[in-house]
Amino acid sequence: MTSSWTFAWRNIWRYPRRTILTILAIAFGAGLLVFSIGLQLGQYDLMIQNSVRIYHGLLQVQKEGYQDEPKMRSSIANIRELGEQLRQATGIEAITARANGFALVSSATRTYGTLIVGVEPKLEERVSSLPGVIKDGHYFSAVDAQEVLIGRSLARNMQLSVGDELTILGTGRDGSVAATILPVVGIYESGSRELDRNMVQMPLATFQDVFSMQGHGHALVIYHKDVKQLEVFRVQIQQQISKHNTLTVLSWDEIQPGLKQMIELDYSSGWMMYIVLVVVITFSILNTFLMSVLERTREFGIMLALGYRPFDIGRLVMLEALILTLIALTIGTAIGFAINLYFYIYGLSFSGMDELAKMYNMPSTITPQLSLQSIFMGPAVILIFTLLAALYPALRIRLLQPVVAMRKI
Amino acid sequence: MNSFHLLISLAWRNLWRNHRRTLVILFAMVLGVWAMIFTAAFMRGMSLQIVDDTIENMTGHIQIHAPSYLDDPVIEHSFSSANPLLSRSLQSTEITAAAYRIRVPAVVASERESIGLVMVGIDPDDEGQLSFIQSSIIEGHYLKDASEPGVIIGRKLAERLETRLGKRIVLMTQNNKNEIADRGFRIVGIFDTDLEAVEIGYVFLTRNLAAKLVGVTDDVSEIAIKVSDLKRLDEVVEGLRQQHPELDIKAWYELQPISKLMVDLYDSFHLVWHLIVFLAMGFGIVNTLLMAVFERTREFGLFQALGLKPGFILGQVWVEALMLLILGLALGNGLAWVSVLATGEGIDVSAFAEGMEMANLSNIIPFVIVGQDLLLANSVVFVLGMLTGLYPAWRAAHLVPADAITRI
Repeated sequence: MTSSWTFAWRNIWRYPRRTILTILAIAFGAGLLVFSIGLQLGQYDLMIQNSVRIYHGLLQVQKEGYQDEPKMRSSIANIRELGEQLRQATGIEAITARANGFALVSSATRTYGTLIVGVEPKLEERVSSLPGVIKDGHYFSAVDAQEVLIGRSLARNMQLSVGDELTILGTGRDGSVAATILPVVGIYESGSRELDRNMVQMPLATFQDVFSMQGHGHALVIYHKDVKQLEVFRVQIQQQISKHNTLTVLSWDEIQPGLKQMIELDYSSGWMMYIVLVVVITFSILNTFLMSVLERTREFGIMLALGYRPFDIGRLVMLEALILTLIALTIGTAIGFAINLYFYIYGLSFSGMDELAKMYNMPSTITPQLSLQSIFMGPAVILIFTLLAALYPALRIRLLQPVVAMRKI
Repeated sequence: MNSFHLLISLAWRNLWRNHRRTLVILFAMVLGVWAMIFTAAFMRGMSLQIVDDTIENMTGHIQIHAPSYLDDPVIEHSFSSANPLLSRSLQSTEITAAAYRIRVPAVVASERESIGLVMVGIDPDDEGQLSFIQSSIIEGHYLKDASEPGVIIGRKLAERLETRLGKRIVLMTQNNKNEIADRGFRIVGIFDTDLEAVEIGYVFLTRNLAAKLVGVTDDVSEIAIKVSDLKRLDEVVEGLRQQHPELDIKAWYELQPISKLMVDLYDSFHLVWHLIVFLAMGFGIVNTLLMAVFERTREFGLFQALGLKPGFILGQVWVEALMLLILGLALGNGLAWVSVLATGEGIDVSAFAEGMEMANLSNIIPFVIVGQDLLLANSVVFVLGMLTGLYPAWRAAHLVPADAITRI
């Protein structure tokens, strides 16, 4: 065994220049794949984490059908009690109740139609990062405080500042008129266009009062920083709410299918490019493998004559390809990893990214993902392709006739 | 001339001495060139689609507003459409269509639901030449003329409001005295587009009705303009700005900076992608040519011993590289052309509809080959390929005759 490794190793270095060029080609591909896959996955993580963190949560409990048709009447009874029950039963601290409505909101000079959301202040702070991005004024003082928060863009459009009054006119859950006047106590700036432009928040009890909710709400929002635990939590929560058979648990990708699909689309188009690239690399190095067999016809003839089986020689050729590829992959992966590590620490940003970041709800610097998947997936694909490329020359050895082969130059 | 001819035919024959090796590297190159052009066509299709969608989705090529409208889109910030100077500038031959709009935020309510959106008062004929609405009606009809009393809403909005064609909805908006004005309208048409945000975000009615509701006569919030030649867009914008310094005049890319940014990103990615693919095949090209050179060490030694100048040998190997490149480029371009033809209208990505929507894109992405992209891909391969071929050629020319001739 050792001898065949030594044998293969020496064969590789018979033509150092050729070997080095081949190694460079593979290493280039591997490094590039490690870098871009790490960057892509890192970007997706951030997009998910951001959108989950800022407002939407990892999971939501809703009335069945509410997601597709968010109607005031598709509500959950005694929502705050149910939230408390879930917190105790599952041990997850970050569970909060919300209620959503639509209303005409007016300042002294402007009127807009916006989403109105009722939140539980203390719990909302555990679930959403919105309470942390109040740029003017302060957050809600209590769950029944007579206060509202609005987004920066809406405040600008409505010419409102902290302390001004906001008139709210909408329809309650029972169809009655919901009207009130509340002071703006804070203005938040989340960076998400949707939230900053089109949402007014008020404490849940106040909301339930204004919109005649009678203890009802529309969603229990659950947050946890570890997205991977999602399925575990989902099962736990599912068990808890199974006695309310009209409730359903939705995960972030069901709450925001667009985000999930955008990621999938981006990831699959990325892989299309990677595969094309890997195939180009494979063919560009195929010649090295092919030549290393063709120019050794005579040598193989002698080996056959000496009693080597074609299988042994084939294995030797494969071993050479394997060693070469592994060296190249190690170098490429190490370089790709080093680049990603650098950006992991210092962050990567490019010009114009701020605008895109706002639209897609991402932070304006990307940190690559450093995980087994992001590091080894690309190199693994390259390994498979190069070994396939080496298989063809290795199989050709079976066609050799010892006597004819020995006579070749 | 004769030696040139010799050079060419020698190179061609040498190229096919080891046809298997040449075919392998040729395949790698064809694949690489194909990948470059095909991907470039996809990216070009994508960015043209972004521009088209942006322009069709009510943006037009140019928009005119009152100065503070974009920050605060209310009816107060409007300007008079009865300005003869303005009408005259819009009659320029460089402008193919101009649509006057009253465009203000509003709330629409059915018997069951209410939703905030944008109310757009349009002149049916002019608008039809400019934006998607007229061609997207799936039920009922488009606004017939300026006296049409009904409204048009999106399919998704109708669902959300639980209403349908022929039903009434109420529009509420702020009038020019900062009071709430409301009025009921019958739905006469329903439109359907790829973008849900558009279906749910707009309600259309005639400009006369909208004007009455918000309490103005000939004031408009915006004029959208289509130009005859997009290449001259900046000049047209500049001309309008000089004639009407009191108005806010912007080109589409200033109005939708994100679309512009995406287009720019795609554009800059073209070159990056070409370079990556070239590097991937460049190593193989060098390797293959080097092999071809080293195999012929003895032959080159002999050439030199016979008195051929190193320049000739360099030229010969370089011409081999050139032939390989030209073949690879020709076949790669051909293959890419055929595959783009084969995709027809483009690829349907409606499986990712909601994701595309977040990116502001519709569901069919066409593959578009434009001269500029072809030129870029081909020049990258050609120029870098020739530079790459120089190394093996140089090696071949600098063999020492006496050593080379004795090598097996």
